[in-house]
Formats: sequence, structure tokens, C-alpha cells
Amino acid sequence: MTIQFNTETFRDDYSFHNSDWAIKRFPFPFHEDSYMYSVNMEQHRGGPAGSIYEMRFDVDEHYVSEMRDRAMVLADDPLRCQSLPHMTLAGWDLLELIMVSKSEDYPDLFELHRDGDRWRWINKPMGIDHTFTFLDESTLPYGPMEYITRQAQGDFCVLDQRDDMLWMDAGMVTTQADWSLDFDIGMNFFEWHAPVPLAHEMGIFQRALKFLLNVQQGAPARRLNWTMTVNPLLDTSPENYHKWGIQKTSLTPENLGSKQHLRVELQTFFRLPRSNALVFPIRCYLCSFQDLMTVPKWGRRLHRVVRDLPDELATYKGFIDNRPMMLDYLSQFDDGAPTSPGIWPDLETEPALAK
Amino acid sequence: MSAAPQKTKPGGEQIAVTVSAIAPVNDLVTRFEFKRRDGGAFPPFSGGSHTVVEMKDGALTRLNPYSLMSDPADRTTYAISVRRDDQGRGGSLFLHNRVAVGDALNISYPVNLFALDLRAKKHLFFAGGIGITPFLAMIAQLERTNGNWELHYACRNEALGSYADQLLGKYPNNVHIYYDDQNQAIDLADLLDGQRLGTHAYVCGPKGMINWVHATASAAGWPDAQVHSEEFLAPQPGREFQVRLCKSNKTITVGETESLLEAIERAGVQAPFLCRGGACGQCETDVLKADGEFLHRDHWLDDAQHASGTKIMPCVSRFLGSLDLDR
Repeated sequence: MTIQFNTETFRDDYSFHNSDWAIKRFPFPFHEDSYMYSVNMEQHRGGPAGSIYEMRFDVDEHYVSEMRDRAMVLADDPLRCQSLPHMTLAGWDLLELIMVSKSEDYPDLFELHRDGDRWRWINKPMGIDHTFTFLDESTLPYGPMEYITRQAQGDFCVLDQRDDMLWMDAGMVTTQADWSLDFDIGMNFFEWHAPVPLAHEMGIFQRALKFLLNVQQGAPARRLNWTMTVNPLLDTSPENYHKWGIQKTSLTPENLGSKQHLRVELQTFFRLPRSNALVFPIRCYLCSFQDLMTVPKWGRRLHRVVRDLPDELATYKGFIDNRPMMLDYLSQFDDGAPTSPGIWPDLETEPALAK
Repeated sequence: MSAAPQKTKPGGEQIAVTVSAIAPVNDLVTRFEFKRRDGGAFPPFSGGSHTVVEMKDGALTRLNPYSLMSDPADRTTYAISVRRDDQGRGGSLFLHNRVAVGDALNISYPVNLFALDLRAKKHLFFAGGIGITPFLAMIAQLERTNGNWELHYACRNEALGSYADQLLGKYPNNVHIYYDDQNQAIDLADLLDGQRLGTHAYVCGPKGMINWVHATASAAGWPDAQVHSEEFLAPQPGREFQVRLCKSNKTITVGETESLLEAIERAGVQAPFLCRGGACGQCETDVLKADGEFLHRDHWLDDAQHASGTKIMPCVSRFLGSLDLDR
């Protein structure tokens, strides 16, 4: 498989776009016509061929452009990448996990040659060919976590595990849904989740923590999460809210289909072997409403989910003000027909829009 | 979401291994070394991890946790050291008497319930007897990363001091050995008193020793979160009892020498588990009805949960009477 990498931007002129291939493999997050929180974890052990679930770290057509955007964010704000002193070993664990996974899963794009602690890493899409000494920081241009996450799509939270608790003690966070690593660094699992409405009362976080503390080596897990973003912005951070928040007021009935994006996070969880830390990669996928509407099942379902979502959740996800306009747009794609269960597009079996 | 739902295996992933060496350490302790059967490298692990060894003893499947004692950087070999327990239920006896070099076994991926706190300015280790094993891996890990550590190791006598000579020879400035038969004892209160801020203490050994270190540290004002311990409980034999497994619609009898978890598995019912020693919490099971007396032996549930009679840890706990479980 050879991927054609897009040349595109996630800022200014927003030339980001999804190919037909990318639309069909988009991780649509709603398995039924309504949405409520759940501890929707499953094993991360591959998935259907070509799907975003197939590989341990999915690489797609946006890879090179996303890495360019990350470098720009870091140049403006180095605090998007932080690692407390005791997390360096976990950084090496993460570097090893990503290098081994990518070189095995995408041998045409990435190569890793290991001779004891002497490692040679080749990243063809980014033009990197680098020999270094494993566990020797002086042989890398950055710390191990920063080095490898400048070459891997998605944000990475590296969580220390101690006292039956997880701690946000390291991370690379430049494509986040309005939260700040610089604010959360050093916090525990309950502290950094404090702003989430409803879920605490439902006991979601107690159960999720218990599950995560028990994620074992060799048995990674995953779940999806979602929100809404106006314009294909990767960096929707609190630090830059003054730049992107205002853009939410730029929606009109005419531009909504191209400007309004469903933002989906594939969240995975891997136990890191040498440090016993847990890495939590959060991979962001964006898809415009008009591209989503090319899948009849997703058009019907997205209308129903957005319409019936509790106000607290629409507020927390930041689209309560735009919801009426979104519903006007989405209702055009809902003919009331039933939808098939599950998240897949089912293009062959679902009827075309009867409207 | 359900992209490709896969069921979690009840005990986690396993690795197929061959016994590559068996080395007697002393009259009671033997070291078993494993190589991967597929010829590949073992996963790296963190010091303090254990593995659950699966032993096929006739119709019986034994699953016992043992600390990994080998150097975590050595991807070619995993090693455990097993103390023979002549009064136990037979896992250690099976390994000592029935396992030979070249035998095939399955072991679990490493699981760590006794991890180093990597923030520590210094790691202060207290080992009693066979409790030395997790520290051997921790020491190897810390030596690689220039960690600051100190070991205080109490043994019955010189003949039974597993790895004491090697440790002393290799790290004469970090290792302190105490022999009971020479009336040598760890001066715990004094040791804890002299530590710099940011020191973490770790203890592995008999229950009495663990309690002693926790109590002494607590009395000296140490924060609980800076004192770490690991104690695996072996399931104890007890009186036979009957259990109704309501979800599976089965009634089972737990024999005198098997655990409740083993009896559930013997009936063909899949139940989650990990450490099988009352520490990890994976096998926690809801009690629907109880007519009799709980014999809780785990470290997982708190006193209030034990008293409530609504939960049981079937890997180590038993019951006198008849019990209905949500399993």
C-alpha cells in the first residue's frame, strides 16, 4: 500500500481535504441514532483491512501536513510538549513502541534496524534517516518522547501510574479539543477530567480508571470520542482560543456544509513495558459535514444525534449556539428511514436519501 | 463504538516458553529460566513485575504468580526463583519435582503490581527470604539508569540466603545482609529516620515483615504513598462449600484444596483474573446471596466491602455455607 500524502493546511486558507478513500474510512463515532457517555472500551487488536483500526498507529494521507502543522505549533509555543523528569524512561518506551509498530505495519514507509542499543530509524515520508543510541538522550535532537511524537500523528499523553492512580506527567499536545497540557501537567485522572459534565455523576470515571489501571502489556485498548470544530483546525487549544473561538461565529447556512467538521478522536491505550507507564494516544480525524453527507446512513444518523443530544453535552462540546443552524442543514439529509446498527457506512445496503 | 469487538482473555496474553535451565540456588530455592518457543525476544518489563506460570498437572491447570528476577534489559531470557513449599497446594512442588529442562510451559505477559516510583530520590529496599526476587530485577533496572538504591535483606541463615553472596560481591556499598541465626536484625527505626526527603521504601517478604515496615514508617511520619509492598497470597485450603453460579446457571462444589476461582474455571465458566494472589482486583465478583460466613483473604477489597457481604475475590477467599454469585 502506498499512500499519496496531501499537501494541505490546517490554518489560514484551510486547504485540508479528505479523499474519497479517507471519507469512507472516517471513524464515524455513532453506532446508533443517539449518544450518551459509556465506557466504550474494546481491545485494540487490529480491525477490518484498510480501516483506521487496522494498525497500531494509523498513518493516512494527512501525515506529512499534520507533522508540519505540529512543528509550527511547537515553534510558537514550546510548552505544548512537556515531560516531567521521571518520565524520560517512559519516553523511550514510547519511542520504541512507535518505531517498532510503524516499521512492522508500514515497511514501505518506515524502517528500524537494531544492533543492540545502536538503532537506525528511517522515516521516508519525512525524509529522516537517523542513527542513535537507545536510552542515550544525547544522541537525539530532542528528548525521546518529543523526537518520536514529532513524527507521529495525534496527541500523546504519557501517564505515570502510582498509588492506584494515573498522572498526566508527560505529553505532546498540539491537536487537542480545547484542553491544555500546560494546565493539566502533574494532575491526576480525576483532576484533569473535572470539567466534563454528567459523566462524574454516572460513575464513568471510576470505572474508566479501574479499567485503565489494568491495561496490560500485549493487550492495548481503544475507544472513540468526538466533538465539533468550525474549520479544519487541528490546534483548538485554550492557549489559542482567541484565534479560533471567534471562527464559530462565521458559520452561515451557505458555508456550514464545508466549514462545520465532525472531529473524532481515536483514543488508544498501551502499557509501556520499562516504565510501567500508560500511553494514551489521541488521534484526531476531521470530516466536513458535506463530505459526511455523501454516506446516506451517516446523514440520517448525525441529524438525529445532534438533535437529541442533552444541552449540557452540546454546551460542553461548544456547539450549543450553532445547533439550530446545524439542524437546519442536517435535516435535509434525514428522510426518517431506519438506520442499520453499527458505525460502518454500509453504502451497498443502506438506501439512498428519499427526499 | 464497536469496530471489531474482541473478547478480552481472562488472564491476559500468554507467551509460549521452553524451560532452558533449572539451577538449584539452595536447599529450598530453585531458579527456572525460560526461552521463547518461537525463538523471538521477550518483551521488556519493569522491575517488580511478575508472571503467572501455567502448569498442566494432569487434569489440573495450576496458575501461580512469580516475580521476574532476571535483568529486564535481557530480552533473551526470563527467570523466576521458586521456594519449595512442602505445606502448599502443590504449585511450587510441581515446579521443583516435575518440571525438566526442555519442557514447554505458558507464562503470562509481565504484570507489575509493585512498581518503582521513578520520582524517588532514593529507593530503599527491604527483603525477607524469597522476597528478594523482585528486587533483583529492580536493582538491574536501576543500575542501568544510574538509580540510587540500597538493600536491606534478612535471611534465616547463610545457607538459605538466596543470591546474598552475589549481591554483596557485586554491590558491596549498597547491600546489607542480616542473618537471623547470627542474631542480626534490621535496625528499621534508625534506618527510616536517617533518610533524605523523597526516599521511597519498598518491602517484600513475610506478612509480619511487611506490616512491621508499614507500621514503623507510619509511626516515623512517612507518607503512606512512599512505602510500597507486595505480598502474593497463595490460596489456602479449607472446608468444601457449594456455590451457585447464577449467570451460567451452574452449581459447583469447591474442593478442600482448590480455590473458588479454580472451581469456577473447572466448571467451564470464564472468569476474569490476573494475579491470582488477591492483589490486582481483576476477579472481583458480586455476591447475590450468602448463607454462611465469608473467609475474605484478599488485599483488594476494603474492610467495609468485606463486611458488606456483597463482593468476594474468588482467587484467595472462601466461604463456609452456600453462596450465590453473579458469574
